[in-house]
Amino acid sequence: MNQIFLYASIFIGFLMLLAMFRAIAGPSILDRLVGANAIGSLTIPLLLLIGLLFHNVEMFIDIALAYALLNFIAVIASAKYFKKKKGLFDEP
Amino acid sequence: MNIVVTVLLAAGLFFFLVGIIGIIRFPDFYSRMHPAGMLDTMGLLLSMLAIAVYILFDHFSYLSVFSSLKILLIVIFVYITSPIASHAIMDAGVRAGLQPWTREDLTKEET
Repeated sequence: MNQIFLYASIFIGFLMLLAMFRAIAGPSILDRLVGANAIGSLTIPLLLLIGLLFHNVEMFIDIALAYALLNFIAVIASAKYFKKKKGLFDEP
Repeated sequence: MNIVVTVLLAAGLFFFLVGIIGIIRFPDFYSRMHPAGMLDTMGLLLSMLAIAVYILFDHFSYLSVFSSLKILLIVIFVYITSPIASHAIMDAGVRAGLQPWTREDLTKEET
């Protein structure tokens, strides 16, 4: 069972690299937000899988819950910060 | 019971994979929000369900019941906040005047 969790967490890590591509290459700032939001959503199960691998799940559940809160607040704050008219994307 | 966990986890990872591929391949910011939303909801639900089931049936005790309930709390919380976050990003995009991608843009890109 541990093998399955190990392979799953490695797969999630690989997916985060793909999401990192969108966060880096995203043409506009908002695409980078989408990439950051995707990475945030991927870390929650990754944390739990690591907790399972370390056989100490209770601590990691709280960490994952706190991270879900922080990810939400980060996205809301950056979306509110980027509410300005110009400069978000390269005007045609 | 392990089979159930592996099937659920595989399904969750499948939705993560599809969501991430959608985020990379889609041409426009607005169309990329669709798989991003799918990533949060379906993928997270299935993988968290898999972990909760595994914890519950690994060693059945009060602690594991509370742990799996806390995991379901995470899922419920993300289900409530993920649409709000997507809406906030979308609103920032619309307010900035980002025009959605259309078929003309496709022909413009190809020529």
